[in-house]
Amino acid sequence: MSTTTADHGHDAHHAHPTGLARWLFTTNHKELGTLYLVFSLTMFLVGGAMALIIRAELFAPGLQLVNPEFFNQMTTMHALVMIFGAVMPAFVGLANWMVPMMIGAPDMALPRMNNWSFWILPFAFTLLLSTLFMPSGGPASGWTLYPPLSLQGGNSFAFVIVAIHLMGISSIMGAINIVATILNMRAPGMNLMRMPMFVWTWLITAFLLVAVMPVLAGAVTMLLTDRFFGTSFFNAAGGGDPVLYQHIFWFFGHPEVYIMILPAFGIVSEIIPTFSRKPLFGYTSMVYATASIAFLSFIVWAHHMFTVGMPLGAMLFFMYATMVIAVPTGVKIFNWVATMWRGSMTFETPMLFALGFVILFTIGGLSGVMLAIVPANFQYHDTYFVVAHFHYVLVTGAVYAIMAGAYYWLPKWTGYMYDERLGKFHFWWSTIWVNVLFFPQHYLGLAGMPRRIPDYAVQFTEFNMISSVGGFMFGFGQLLFVYIIIKCVRGGQPATAEVWEGSRGLEWTVPSPAPLHTFDEPPQVDDSVTVHRLGPG
Amino acid sequence: MKKTNELIVGIAMVAVVSVITWGIFAVGDNMPAGVTTYSQSVYALHNTTMAIVTVIGVLVFSAMFTSIYLHRRSRGATAAQFTHSTKAEVIWTAIPILILVVIAIPATTVLIDMENMGDAELNIKVTGYQWLWKYEYLEDDISFFSALNRESNRARQIGSGINPRDVDNYLLEVDNRMVVPVNTRIRFLLTADDVIHSWWVPDLGWKRDAIPGMINEAWTLIESEGIYRGQCAELCGADHGFMPIVVEAVSQEAYREWVAGQRGESLVEVGADGAAEAVAKAD
Repeated sequence: MSTTTADHGHDAHHAHPTGLARWLFTTNHKELGTLYLVFSLTMFLVGGAMALIIRAELFAPGLQLVNPEFFNQMTTMHALVMIFGAVMPAFVGLANWMVPMMIGAPDMALPRMNNWSFWILPFAFTLLLSTLFMPSGGPASGWTLYPPLSLQGGNSFAFVIVAIHLMGISSIMGAINIVATILNMRAPGMNLMRMPMFVWTWLITAFLLVAVMPVLAGAVTMLLTDRFFGTSFFNAAGGGDPVLYQHIFWFFGHPEVYIMILPAFGIVSEIIPTFSRKPLFGYTSMVYATASIAFLSFIVWAHHMFTVGMPLGAMLFFMYATMVIAVPTGVKIFNWVATMWRGSMTFETPMLFALGFVILFTIGGLSGVMLAIVPANFQYHDTYFVVAHFHYVLVTGAVYAIMAGAYYWLPKWTGYMYDERLGKFHFWWSTIWVNVLFFPQHYLGLAGMPRRIPDYAVQFTEFNMISSVGGFMFGFGQLLFVYIIIKCVRGGQPATAEVWEGSRGLEWTVPSPAPLHTFDEPPQVDDSVTVHRLGPG
Repeated sequence: MKKTNELIVGIAMVAVVSVITWGIFAVGDNMPAGVTTYSQSVYALHNTTMAIVTVIGVLVFSAMFTSIYLHRRSRGATAAQFTHSTKAEVIWTAIPILILVVIAIPATTVLIDMENMGDAELNIKVTGYQWLWKYEYLEDDISFFSALNRESNRARQIGSGINPRDVDNYLLEVDNRMVVPVNTRIRFLLTADDVIHSWWVPDLGWKRDAIPGMINEAWTLIESEGIYRGQCAELCGADHGFMPIVVEAVSQEAYREWVAGQRGESLVEVGADGAAEAVAKAD
């Protein structure tokens, strides 16, 4: 299959800038994918450092290191940086690199917009992080920015709003690009039900992004005018309603949660078949389950706010709707287990992270079922039980899937195998400590420790100490991940085009490292390519 | 041969995963059962749901570990190539639905009971301020502020040099406790003056947000005398972690005595321990 074109005539017309200009002006999906991923890793370390400040203060009762105001800035910034800076750009980076290669497209559909949507991000985060150095400090009302508390902030609040707008614009453009690419740029024969799961999950995620990021933009704009221009959307004294903000925010916020997990499902659905040497079990039901989860994500938002005082009927509706999500999510987990069943498994680092994902994400999903039960939710809400729950789905869910994907595709990106021994060590180190970090937080929540407090009653000391030790060990362990990546970029054992023995799909038909331009001539796709592994290849 | 293999390893895995899970829960804390009529229903609901999801987890993880143990290439496993099984997929869609229905029925019953606000014998209005609470007994015409006590407040300052362990009920003690009678149906009316707070005493079995411009309702019936402690549960600014709640449930006679003792005293005198500034601030 002619998949690469090193020296096509038209290339001669392009200038190939080098150095900084190469990265500033690039419209190439692979280079932009790299930029996204490097940016995401940087933000992961920045947000992680903030988390360590939080865990250091919480190591013992009493205030030792930071004052409560700064503590609140750290919890707020940690969330904003991790969600908008680390997890979302990482998935967009993976989509940039992999989606065109997986569907046999030469590039993204809108390459110039692709450049713009990335380069907004460094400016957005410069604005956001700069608020920490302003006289009124960074935002301290939690990442949800609930009014009236968020409106008590100083003038730096305007920078936060503009930064969020920029992130939203970047996400919407990225999402439009992915939709346009997937719907228009597939190689001949690559019909929708032959697409790899990662492409499917991203297509659905992109629709979620386009649907809800404008809602967030509307909500924060109303905050901006309430704070600076005298409106009273959320100000009770002016006839507004603080709870209205929560409804708008979570109408964005709950789909946002799935924006951060659906692509993770896609990555894991790629990796488990490869290392089980067996087709993905129930491809069709996987697609429908993903679409169902996406639909349900629009009608469950108020489960984040059961304690605000809703009518009984509304609470029952949101409880039932939330519980229903467990069904398609369960289907996905059972399908992954069935994919492994009677396979021929090997346990390279990507597979280890994918298996870790399945187990630990399931723990987060099961505590999610508990949280859906409204009477019990009255106890769990805003405690460390919730903190444990969403860190299981976001850290050992989303972040584990991103790491699994990074190890899985690194050889394709760099042309070298990463250090397998170090990769496995990274997995075991992370997995042990991440559980030491987050599992005790379930108990803290049940025992009555509220979230977002800088100091606590002495009966919470032991579990907080354990959690903090886990946090520091897990956090510093991630420097090993950075080292493994740098080592892999610099060299190592050369990778073959297939990289993995069980790999199937178009991205494994191009050489490693993937040349800058792939699929200038579209490949012909049929079931023999078994892109979604309908059967033996 | 192969089937027996899978069964034996499967059972072993269920045992291993169960022991680990049991061990994990044995070391931890659980939700308090509480002291009100429905806090115990909430506790039972929590335990049931946790037991169900734990069993599901044990089964799923056991299947996974069985597969990881048996179906690995290093044991010479060759990959089957099946891609779907409609029967299996129908089963694992239907069974979760049934389980959810089983959980949803008691959850609905308890919720309906919790939301039935009628027949209150005593109404207490709770107002959240940054960062203290105001309690108004509507029938008995008593009103006072309740804030973090002095010892905790001193100890919690950076560089205070006071070990929190040396302070009784560090961060969970107030200057003026909310005193309520047992075996009395009490309705709470919750609101806030500045930002959103959330009034939470775990032993009562619920928390409810106190929101400016809105009045929320909740009710309770405390069955045993005692002192029950809680905290604000909604981020409300710098001192969010320092506005505890203490409810002292006493016999109905003791409550009447307490009411008699309180009546006639002015707001500022009652809330002498720091509430005077708070009143000024609230204005």
